[in-house]
Amino acid sequence: MSDTNIVARKKPVRSLVLTTAIAAGAVLMILPFYWLLIATTYGAHDIFSTPPHFLPGPAFVDNFLGLFRDTLFGRAMVNSMLVSTTYTALGLIVCTAAGYAFAKFKFRGQGIMFGALLVTLALPSQVTLVPLFQIMVSLGWLDSYQALILPNLALPFGIFLMRQTMYAIPDEMIQAARIDGASEFRVFSQIVLPTVRPALSALAIFLFLAQWNDFVYPLVVLRTPESFTVPVALASLQGIGTTDYGQLLMGTMLSMLPVLILFLFLQRQFVAGILAGAVKQ
Amino acid sequence: MFVLFVGFKLYPYISAFWLSLTKNVGGDIEFAGLENYTRLLQDPLFYKALGNTGIILLVQVPIMLVLAIVLAVAFNSVLLKFRAFWRTAYFVPIVMGLVAYGILFRALFNTNEGFVNYLIGFIGLDPIPWLGDPLWAKISIVVAMTWHYTGQNAIIYLAQMQSIGGELYEAAHVDGATAFQRFWHVTVPGLRPAIVLTVILSTIGTLQLFDEPYVLTNGGPDNATLTVGMYLYQNGFKYFDFGYASAIGYALTIIIGVISLIQLRLFKEKS
Repeated sequence: MSDTNIVARKKPVRSLVLTTAIAAGAVLMILPFYWLLIATTYGAHDIFSTPPHFLPGPAFVDNFLGLFRDTLFGRAMVNSMLVSTTYTALGLIVCTAAGYAFAKFKFRGQGIMFGALLVTLALPSQVTLVPLFQIMVSLGWLDSYQALILPNLALPFGIFLMRQTMYAIPDEMIQAARIDGASEFRVFSQIVLPTVRPALSALAIFLFLAQWNDFVYPLVVLRTPESFTVPVALASLQGIGTTDYGQLLMGTMLSMLPVLILFLFLQRQFVAGILAGAVKQ
Repeated sequence: MFVLFVGFKLYPYISAFWLSLTKNVGGDIEFAGLENYTRLLQDPLFYKALGNTGIILLVQVPIMLVLAIVLAVAFNSVLLKFRAFWRTAYFVPIVMGLVAYGILFRALFNTNEGFVNYLIGFIGLDPIPWLGDPLWAKISIVVAMTWHYTGQNAIIYLAQMQSIGGELYEAAHVDGATAFQRFWHVTVPGLRPAIVLTVILSTIGTLQLFDEPYVLTNGGPDNATLTVGMYLYQNGFKYFDFGYASAIGYALTIIIGVISLIQLRLFKEKS
């Protein structure tokens, strides 16, 4: 930091120009959020005006109450929360256990299974939309939570990430614990898990975001409004011509609140999760 | 676990391949050989979707990645004040889900009373029919995607940049290299792994583009923003032509595979 100040003091003009340019760009990046925040405080007929509003209006509470009264958005928030948290918890267990098995154990068919995993990692998931829809129809699982949670639990990317992370743990460490008489469960929970904690938290954030924001698959398997997740509910509200725009934008803002809270409180893990996810896409 | 993977991952991929070789004749599923694929090769709408996706890809990815490199250089510069704050400001659009930012940008791009046209009017330009014109609709998607993803890529570059040794810059400095020469001969080669990664991943992601055009333009106007992903969805779940939708899925898989291989080959040749 002192380094920064010395150089910046030596070249004050350049420092000012650069900081100003970056600040101007940052204003452009933040402006859509600001507009959204302001828009949630105006009634539907008032949002679009020339010149646009720059200060908050009176309708925030109306939009908020109206959204939960006139639409099923509240139900969608509950659905999304339940599905995303359950998916994150179960996904962590499945990916960690499968990753551990691939990294530190030998079993029959391991090579073939790992090969299959890598192939599915490389294929675009849109290919599976139709077959998954057919599976859910034949199981009678349309509109259900399990239709959203189960298909991506054995997530190739998550298993691969955990496998790579655990592969780096020295075998001697695990062996030593076994020789000392630790049970397999103790080895896993007290040696392996603490070592991979950073990867676990990144994966947790990734899983939550993936489920919270997933759109096309839920769009296909959710048919009744009571079962909609937040993105499907927002898209369907936008699709209905009669939707109150103030309420729609209120929903749009509320949909990012859980993610924003995660971001603000767990910034380092959040960035790691996003970057891990970027590697997947 | 094994059941989950085989049942919900492996089986769907195999099933989709089988489906792509079948067609629905009056409610009966019949084996049709490569008929769906030959139909695809003669389908002007498929080429249109492929062309739209390709244009968005060729315009958006280079603009975004160049901007991201410039941002990363700035974030890494000792001349920039409040660095952590700006990093967060550029990264934060990623917290919005794809549908949410699609809805937001649809409102911002409103032709008559949208905020973007107000700002443009401020510097003396006429309103632009953002979502109503075939060309501007594509540009709208490019702008929205660039807003959403640039900060994330800048952070990837920044992480890589911080692993480039300071002694390389000092050596270049001693040799009298200008700032641009240092950027071109030290920073860019050092960023190579991150550039390869982001180019390939952004390409794969854009080829599967669905959410943004679905919410922002619904593929319109006049199919100007219809993407391959949207065309697959329409055939599968609007016309319920499962065979044809699956063929589109595997055609997309082949296209993604071929383009990724070409990119990897190009990157290898250059090194």
